[in-house]
Amino acid sequence: MVERKIVDPEYLLHKAPREKKFLIGNEAVAEAVRRANIDIVVAYPITPQSEATHIVGDLYAQGYIKDYYRGEDEFAVMSAIAGASMGGARTFTATSGPGTLRAFEMFPTWAGARLPVVCAFMCRGVNSPLSIQPDNIEIGWLMDTGMLIFHAEDPQDFFDMTLIAYLVAEQPDVHLPVGVCVDGFFVTHTREIVELPPENEIFPPYNPHLSPVPIMDMETPPIRQMRDPFVMKSNYISYNTHASWQQEVRAASIRARKHITRYLGSAVEVTYPEANILLIASGTAAAQARVAMEQARQEGVDVGLVKIKVLRPFPEAEIIELAQSPERIIVPEHNITGWLAREIKSRIKDSGKVEGGPRVFGGMTMPPKIIFDKIKQNGRMM
Amino acid sequence: MLSSEYRVVVGPEGYLAPAAASMGIVLPEPGEGLIEGVIVPEREAMHKIAEKLLTAKNPTFFPGPLVLWAWNDKAIAKAQAVKALAEAVGAHIIPMPDYRPKYPMINPQIEINPNHPNLTIWHNDIDVCVFVGVHCHYANLALKIIRGGTDCYTIALCGEFGHEDAMITLRDVNTAKLCTLLEVIEEAKIEVGVR
Repeated sequence: MVERKIVDPEYLLHKAPREKKFLIGNEAVAEAVRRANIDIVVAYPITPQSEATHIVGDLYAQGYIKDYYRGEDEFAVMSAIAGASMGGARTFTATSGPGTLRAFEMFPTWAGARLPVVCAFMCRGVNSPLSIQPDNIEIGWLMDTGMLIFHAEDPQDFFDMTLIAYLVAEQPDVHLPVGVCVDGFFVTHTREIVELPPENEIFPPYNPHLSPVPIMDMETPPIRQMRDPFVMKSNYISYNTHASWQQEVRAASIRARKHITRYLGSAVEVTYPEANILLIASGTAAAQARVAMEQARQEGVDVGLVKIKVLRPFPEAEIIELAQSPERIIVPEHNITGWLAREIKSRIKDSGKVEGGPRVFGGMTMPPKIIFDKIKQNGRMM
Repeated sequence: MLSSEYRVVVGPEGYLAPAAASMGIVLPEPGEGLIEGVIVPEREAMHKIAEKLLTAKNPTFFPGPLVLWAWNDKAIAKAQAVKALAEAVGAHIIPMPDYRPKYPMINPQIEINPNHPNLTIWHNDIDVCVFVGVHCHYANLALKIIRGGTDCYTIALCGEFGHEDAMITLRDVNTAKLCTLLEVIEEAKIEVGVR
């Protein structure tokens, strides 16, 4: 292991010199883990995530991580991560599709316990018949867990967003888990140029004493006392407390916005915001939409693109404002349910101008041509 | 009501009061405080705290675990400053020693709990209270429940970023800032003729 140097996180993210590497997404997220000064990683293998935590295991062997092991299954993994985080450790884990669902009870548990866990979700199909292929239907379910949800477009996003996730998650007024999602295979197994800061420069360690809840350190008061959970009681006070608790978790998510702006720049990335037709997409759908937009503009169609980088907290104010001027809004997605179109329609006044789709799922790719065709159809409707 | 019109004022606000953050109230930046949801210079918030405490019928401090436990030198110094502050305004001190709900029943005469803080406020007829040394999550929980169900005026002296759910809040409150607040209170006492 190279000798490591703790540096200011904002320097590491925005000012440190960067070297170009040719990496797949799973390698890129492991490079983020290398620099995040993580105490413990627990994981269970599942395609297309397995390779990432395999590489992270190598980092453990090299001394970059204090502890690392394979859990019994995803539920055990996410429970162990909860325990480690309650004890004041900085944690990392990752999973995919069916693993996400197997572990699902723990995601609102992390949020409710105000644990700043960072979990990478390398999204894949979860339907029967079995699919290991790209499909991000699980993001739609994760969005209501109380976690913050980032959606990376490519390996570079995956690297940067994973590091930024720790900075946002560990803010005392936020202190919530962050899911950093990518579309499986399209990002995890696609090799692209990724610019990385020096590998010996790392984040400062996590300071659990800034947490909004006491850490579970039985030797150092004030400890977290877990007995007599109020949910075990059946009376108005317990219900009111539980409701207030949930409200506070959502309030913490709202507070995350200013930290996201500070570290990520913005929750959205906008190209040609005044266009008549606006594409709104996240993840690799944004990459395909960008190609379609450029092709359409070459043919004289006035089309723009909004890439949503942060799904929770949803960039509501930005989307309401951006949705005012276009005559049509097209939302391409890599899932059958159309969770992003649903999010957008529920927030803007004139939801009739939102066309959900094109959608592909079950491992299908999204050729820019099908988005381009949708742009042309909508152009004729105006 | 538009979110921008929402104000964090004395309750009872209703069956289930909203979290102030969800109504558009944002936390102060360094050097600022919040009065009823509006960002003000920190000094102005200190003057308002002095006014509220000095005119209260039954001002009460609720110190939490971060100042009740002598877990480091800073905590000890801060606890001493809190005690001096409470004595300066003639306030009672009712501790919040931990956060677990007290069943089958709490003794509201001697302690407060974040999961049912209204019981202690009702029992002691507290009209102005001060949270200090309470972990932020539990402070927000209790402040919102108090606003929802009681007519108690809430003040939060936070060591981190402050509390939208309090009617007045200061952020980054350390021992030095508590001493400054004590000076503001002593000056206010002279102005209003309190001995």
